[in-house]
Amino acid sequence: MREQTFAPGRMLIYLVVTLVAAAWLAPLVVVALNSLRTNQEIAQTSMIGWPDQWAWRNYLDAWSGFCVAETCAGIRPYMLNSALVTIPATILSTLLGAVAGYAVSLWRFPGDRWIYGIVTLGIFLPQQMRLLPWTIVLRDIGLINTLTGLVMIHTIQGLSFTTLFCRNYYIAIPPELIRAARIDGAGFYRIFWRIVLPLSPPILIVTVIWQFTHIWNEFLYGVTFTTGQQQPVTAALIALATAVADIPQQGVQSAAVIIAALPTLLVYLLGGRYFVRGLTAGAVK
Amino acid sequence: MTDAVAAAARPGRPATSGVIRRLPEYLIIWVPLLLSAGHLVSFALWTIWISFTPSTLVPVSGWVGLRNYTAVMATRNWKIAFDNLLLFGSAFVLLSLLTGLALAILIDQRIRGENVLRSIFLYPLAVSFVVTGTVWSWLLNPGIGIQKLVNDLGWTSFRFDWLVNGDMAIWTIVIAAVWQSSGFAMALFLAGLRSVDADLVKAAQIDGAGPIRMYRRVILPTLWPITVTVVVIQLQFAISTFDLVRALTNGGPGIATQLPALVVYDLMFQRGVLGRGAAAAVMMLLILLAVLLPYAAWRYLQRRRATHA
Repeated sequence: MREQTFAPGRMLIYLVVTLVAAAWLAPLVVVALNSLRTNQEIAQTSMIGWPDQWAWRNYLDAWSGFCVAETCAGIRPYMLNSALVTIPATILSTLLGAVAGYAVSLWRFPGDRWIYGIVTLGIFLPQQMRLLPWTIVLRDIGLINTLTGLVMIHTIQGLSFTTLFCRNYYIAIPPELIRAARIDGAGFYRIFWRIVLPLSPPILIVTVIWQFTHIWNEFLYGVTFTTGQQQPVTAALIALATAVADIPQQGVQSAAVIIAALPTLLVYLLGGRYFVRGLTAGAVK
Repeated sequence: MTDAVAAAARPGRPATSGVIRRLPEYLIIWVPLLLSAGHLVSFALWTIWISFTPSTLVPVSGWVGLRNYTAVMATRNWKIAFDNLLLFGSAFVLLSLLTGLALAILIDQRIRGENVLRSIFLYPLAVSFVVTGTVWSWLLNPGIGIQKLVNDLGWTSFRFDWLVNGDMAIWTIVIAAVWQSSGFAMALFLAGLRSVDADLVKAAQIDGAGPIRMYRRVILPTLWPITVTVVVIQLQFAISTFDLVRALTNGGPGIATQLPALVVYDLMFQRGVLGRGAAAAVMMLLILLAVLLPYAAWRYLQRRRATHA
């Protein structure tokens, strides 16, 4: 339509951007294709190729067939473990973080700044500094090697992020609104239910997506605090890779990798805008 | 004013019954905050304390001074991990910064399909490092990956075997990490580019500045606070990198791609020397602080300058 659109400079920009985008997509495409090729076919050629015959069976094997360690139930029990950790921990940490963010932003109480400052330091403290204490605490309260233990850890640690997100959002609510509600006799809960929560959907979506993605993808705690049948799917994938190192099964493994990545990829596709907002919100502070 | 509000808020209730009635709300405010802040402070101190004890399989009391630290630092494992961190950290941060900036500038040229492109560059961030590490370990494996493909296509002398080459293996981690997190730098830079003062750009255009001069003299200088933020966040990621290496090289070949986070795990849970593991964790924290404290000071100065201006 405009000559400028077809200028050589712009063509070059499109060419470069398309090539880089192709490179960025390549690993995903390669695994997706591999998940539909038979193990023999991959062994005869390489990991990179178009399926000769579509081996949909790989998904069945990956889901409920192949063996990790001694058990042959596929990736399904580990997906279930991840879901049973991720969903409760996401909901709990988001709700508690919303209340905490509301309390520190709109209600002054003694020590509020201090405690908020310490809570946000949790964003920076490396996991390695908490590994040993968590191990000891989990053992003492009998939650080592349980999903409940992982839910607890992710809820408490997630509070650093969820409180920060919500507090930074709620701080923009005009104080006059809260003051007026208090004059009308509304208390802590009523103001939260009637005023703050109805304003919250955008930040709650950001927080839920952030927490879900991070907890689902978490590996170090999963592999340290659980073993065998209790492991989340990230830890199981590593165990699987070691287990099949002798007999290559990259077709089935690719299917397992795709299944394990699917929940967070779907969340990203559905809520990409909010995902990016979480990334940048975490960065600014 | 505030007194009047406070008085209006509790219309003539006795103070004690107010406290009891409001107990649930105190609990819901304080319990999560105290759990979070309490575990952070006590766990950090706990790990620091263990690092000064002779603990092996279980934590024991006792005092060995800095002996755990000197012992860890004397190992080849830690030395390699530390050198790797320097190389990996600087290469990864620099490359992801440049890639992210280049992508942001290209996408900012009012091109079509911007949303699709942005989604493509950012999707790796939604996927776990275990998944991406596994995938890259296949692609970079000379026996089944890119090298095999090119060999099969007829170029039989083609070699791309960094994954199994001790000198080059650390670069495979750089590749995977840059691929995974350049989109993050892009997103921040793009936000920065979009908030450049339009008048500034117009004034430079009137002065006859070409596109290259425009970027070098007018636009890029406004991006440097974002650059600092990106560098700090990427460094923080580099320092605590664990999953990616575990899935991609598992520290190998040999111990060629060892990183501090792997050393900590190895000492704590594979060798069962908790005191040394804790010392390595504290050293990780110190490396992190060497990045974060100057950043915090810089942010503080910036904010003060902003309020004074």
